[in-house]
Amino acid sequence: MLAAILVNGLVLSGIYGMLALGFALTYGVARILNLAHTAFYMAAAYALFFFLGLMGFAPAALLSALLVLGLALLAYWFFLEPLKEYEATVLIVTIALALLLQEVALLLFGGHFRSVPALLPGFVEILGVRVAQQALLALLFAGGVLLLAWAFLKGTRLGLSIRAAAQDQEAAELLGISLSRAGYWAVGLGALLAALAGLAVAPMATLEPHMWMPPLLVVLAAVVLGGLGSLPGALLGALVLAFAEVTVVNLVPGGAFLRTAVALLILVLVLVLRPEGLFGASFAEER
Amino acid sequence: MGRIGTAVLWAVALLLGSGVSAQTLRIGVVGPMAFVQGEHTWYGATLAAEEINRAGGVQIGNQRYRIELIRVDTNEMTSVTDAATAVERAITAQRVDFLVGGFRSEAVLAMTEVAADYRKIFIITGAALDGLLAGRVDRNYERFKYLFRVSPNKSSDLARTSLLLAGEVIQAVRQQLGIPRPRVAILAERAAWADPLVETAGRLFAAPPPQGYGAEVVGTWRPSATATDVTPELTAIQRAGAQVIFTVLSGPVGVPFGRDWGRLRIPAAPVGINVEAQQETWLRATDNLGTYVATLNSLAPGVAITPRTIPFISTFQARFRQFPIYTASGAYGAIHILAEALTRAGTTNVDAVVRALEATDYTGPTGRIVFDRTHDVTWGPGYTTGLGVQWVGGRMQAFWPRNWQVEGRVVSYAGVRPYQLPPWVVEAWRR
Repeated sequence: MLAAILVNGLVLSGIYGMLALGFALTYGVARILNLAHTAFYMAAAYALFFFLGLMGFAPAALLSALLVLGLALLAYWFFLEPLKEYEATVLIVTIALALLLQEVALLLFGGHFRSVPALLPGFVEILGVRVAQQALLALLFAGGVLLLAWAFLKGTRLGLSIRAAAQDQEAAELLGISLSRAGYWAVGLGALLAALAGLAVAPMATLEPHMWMPPLLVVLAAVVLGGLGSLPGALLGALVLAFAEVTVVNLVPGGAFLRTAVALLILVLVLVLRPEGLFGASFAEER
Repeated sequence: MGRIGTAVLWAVALLLGSGVSAQTLRIGVVGPMAFVQGEHTWYGATLAAEEINRAGGVQIGNQRYRIELIRVDTNEMTSVTDAATAVERAITAQRVDFLVGGFRSEAVLAMTEVAADYRKIFIITGAALDGLLAGRVDRNYERFKYLFRVSPNKSSDLARTSLLLAGEVIQAVRQQLGIPRPRVAILAERAAWADPLVETAGRLFAAPPPQGYGAEVVGTWRPSATATDVTPELTAIQRAGAQVIFTVLSGPVGVPFGRDWGRLRIPAAPVGINVEAQQETWLRATDNLGTYVATLNSLAPGVAITPRTIPFISTFQARFRQFPIYTASGAYGAIHILAEALTRAGTTNVDAVVRALEATDYTGPTGRIVFDRTHDVTWGPGYTTGLGVQWVGGRMQAFWPRNWQVEGRVVSYAGVRPYQLPPWVVEAWRR
């Protein structure tokens, strides 16, 4: 059972981690709590499904990622940047954006369940646990993407300015960093991470217009657990929640439906003991 | 043209106009139209209405009425309130005379309350909850006598059939793999309708024959009906050593189940209820990984439950290029049943039509439909029971009933083939 928890938990962590990092980046730098984040993930998965009917996997994936990136930057330019001082309004606008994407998917593809063929069919056994090869591929892909994102943020001047904006906006502005430019980069990078997560998950997921809702809850929880705006915190939050879910299914099979609820309970307990999350600044300080 | 001529023309136009409106029956077809369940409700009703209109319409007393269908999108998948509002709008603004359809039990519960308020006949064709009729029609007849159900069989009857299907598969494991006491895992979505089925299945599987199946229940897993990943559940089932998985899944979770089960080649044969696997889109939805999944269904290609089954399937496929799901055959039957009841009643008076509907004995594509005292469709041999179907060789094929011995008779349909255990289950467990 321990092996099952370890292997399944790790695979799930990779997916949650990719989504959570993009979300944390968008909030940390652009100060936008983007509830449409997982809708971008859905849009990428549907775009991949559509383009695969016209071309091979690599160009279809590239086009899908670019489409979502363009969509996110347009949304930021049109709706979010002008409103970003008004947090509640931004929140509502992002929800509206997510619902709009959902309805567009419903209109274009209907309510039917769709699937994207796996790049790597079959499974392998790790510690006696069956794992789909596609899931391992997604995990490797997630790991690679996260490392690249990390290298970009840590090793480039642009990454430095994005991180500086995430840590202290006033100080960053005093040092000559354009918050607007950093915002565009953060939103773009966040949406790209969401799109890449969508591309990685699409061959294992069931595509339907409401598929953005369940991961949104988990991503929000992971980001709050890790500490709002903290990038390593978001990854750690994703890891904790993924392992919590898998542990519940294995230890309490009759309560498998409670997997998300238990994960959220852990979040509440952590916040009671450490309100700022595992890696974050306190809420009072944030304000 | 003189004044008299104009007046005559107006009079003729008025007469014609009033004649047309008086000879039209407006039937509201309700369902989630963006989803296959609603879409097929509409298709099934359309097919029946076209047949009836082509044959001259519905004879009621001395008049013939044409059927006009009104498409009522309930959005019930996401909002029960939307569903109730849609039905109210159909009754008050679109002036429908009768209602047919509905899919989600929670939404149908709300929609039928509205229908009862307005004393409109509502024939349910998609929702299974027992309590939609039981406890309402029998206990408060005057309010709820307008409600009937043509399909599917109610939840407790679906449970009976699904347990019979599980018995077939357990027997196949016992006989073909030489395992005297097969191990069964129960995978049931967390929903009210599934609870009694889980409890009954657990008892029946473990009880010794002839009352029970003499199997061992290795555990019960209850994922959410909307879970998008059941890999941890399947991994746990595999490690528990199950040879059979009894599924009770009506929600979208059925698709990730089929996909993950096939991808991981879990050595346990799935059987039971999986609503997603009843649909023609199953293999596409699961990337062809859902092969060998078995489920309860209403229709299967090439299986003539009644003389009307094959003509219905053929006409439906020719017209809509899809294999009909149960909401299609349900709506098709409901429109014919309503038309026949109206003819028998000889009037559109609602109480007379209710009485005529109560006397229904109609043989449709899925079986013989006779309403019980709660206005529900009767289950059993000679009535409607459903079929056991399995995905083999890229198509859905029926495996039950095949030599089903019940009440001193043997029930079998032409075109029903033996159940096939998935090859990797055979490979893993053959002794």
